[in-house]
Amino acid sequence: MSNLLLLFISSIFVNNILLSRFLGCCPFMGVSSKSETARGMGAAVVFVIVLASLMTWITYNFLLVPLGLEYLYTLSFILVIAALVQFVELALKKLNPVLYKSLGIFLPLITTNCAVLGVAVLNMNENYTLMQSLTNALGSSLGFLLAISLMAGIRERIENNAGIPKSLRGLPMALITAGLMSIAFMGFSNMIK
Amino acid sequence: MSNILKDNFKIISNGIITENPTFVQCIGLCPTLAVTSSVENGIGMGLAAMCVLIASNAVISLLRKIVPDEIRIPIFIVVIAGFVTIIQFVMEGFAPALNKSLGIFIPLIVVNCIILARAEAFASKNGVLASAFDGLGMGLGFTIALAFLGAIREILGNGTFLGAQVVDFEPALLVVLAPGGFIVLGCCMGAFRAIRARLNTQAAFAADSKACEGGCGCCAFSAKCGAANKD
Repeated sequence: MSNLLLLFISSIFVNNILLSRFLGCCPFMGVSSKSETARGMGAAVVFVIVLASLMTWITYNFLLVPLGLEYLYTLSFILVIAALVQFVELALKKLNPVLYKSLGIFLPLITTNCAVLGVAVLNMNENYTLMQSLTNALGSSLGFLLAISLMAGIRERIENNAGIPKSLRGLPMALITAGLMSIAFMGFSNMIK
Repeated sequence: MSNILKDNFKIISNGIITENPTFVQCIGLCPTLAVTSSVENGIGMGLAAMCVLIASNAVISLLRKIVPDEIRIPIFIVVIAGFVTIIQFVMEGFAPALNKSLGIFIPLIVVNCIILARAEAFASKNGVLASAFDGLGMGLGFTIALAFLGAIREILGNGTFLGAQVVDFEPALLVVLAPGGFIVLGCCMGAFRAIRARLNTQAAFAADSKACEGGCGCCAFSAKCGAANKD
C-alpha cells in the first residue's frame, strides 16, 4: 500500500509527465492559453489515460504475451487507444451530453497525445502489476492536469504584458515559462528516494 | 527531367526552411525537447523519424485512392505504427546503445504529429515520388533542428560536442536537464522568429506567430484544436 502511495506521489510531482518526462507537450503548449479549456483538456486526459492503461495492460498481458507477440505492442496499443477514444466519444455523447459538450472536443486530439501511449509503454517497460499501472496512470494524468492548469494561469497573466519582446510572444515565452516551472518541480526530486 | 528535379528540390527545401516542422510549424515538440540532450541523440531521433516519414508518406500516397475518407486517420496510424515497429527492430539490431538512450521515444514516433500531419496534408493529396521527397525534406528539417538544439545543449550543458571536449568553462548542467530543454527551445524559436522578421516583411512575421500560437498549426486535427482554443 505504501509503495502504491509512493508511486502515486512520485508520478505526480517527481516524475511529472510534462515537466520531467516531456510527454504530451503538444497539448501542453497548444491548449494552454485559457484556463477553462486547459482544465477541460486535463480532465479528458485523466479519464482517457486511466482507461487506456487498463485496456493496454489487459491487451498486453492476456493477448500479446500468451501469443508471443510482444514486439507488436506499438501497433496494438495505438489501435486499442484509438478504438477506446472513439468508443468513449460515442458513449459520452449518448449517456452524458453535458460532459460531452465540455470534454468531447478534446477527445479526438487525445489519440495522438503521446502522454497516453507513453504511459502505456512505461507501464509495460516497468513490468507494473495492474494496480501499479492504474496508480501510475492516475498519478501521471493528475500531474498533467496540475501542470497544464498552472501553465494556463500563468499564460493568462502574461498574455498582455507589453514588456515581452515581440518575437518571444506566444509559444517561445510559454516554453521558457515551462522551463522555469520545470526547475520548480525539480525541487521535488529529493522528496522521494 | 530538369523540371521534375527542380520541383522535388523545392519540396525538400520547403521541409527544411519554409515549413520547418520544429521552428516554423512548431509541431512534434515532445521528442524535440526530450532527446536533444546531445547531438548524437538528436541526429539519431531525426533519422529514425525521417525513415518512418519517407516510408509512410510513400505508402499512404499509394493508398490514397483506395482508403475511404471516414476511416483514413486510423488507417494512416496503422501504416505509421507498422513502419515504427520495423525501425524499432532495426535500431535494436544495429544501434542498441542509441536505442537505449532514446528509449520510449522510439515507439512514440507513432504519435509524432509531424508524421500524421504530413500524411494528412501532403501524402493523401500528392503522388508517390513527391510524397517521398516531402518526407525526406520534412525529415531533414526535423533532423537539422534536433541536431542544432542538441549541439547547443551539449556544448553549454556538458562542454562537449559529439563526445569531444570543446570548452574550458564550467558547463551549466541545468541545460542538459529537463528545464534546459524548454528554455533553449524557447530562446531558439524566439531568435528564429526575430531573424525571419528582419529578413521578411511584417506579413511573414504575423503568419509565424499565428502558426505557432496553436502549437499544432498544421496538425491533422488543427480545425478541432483551433475550435477548442476559441471557446
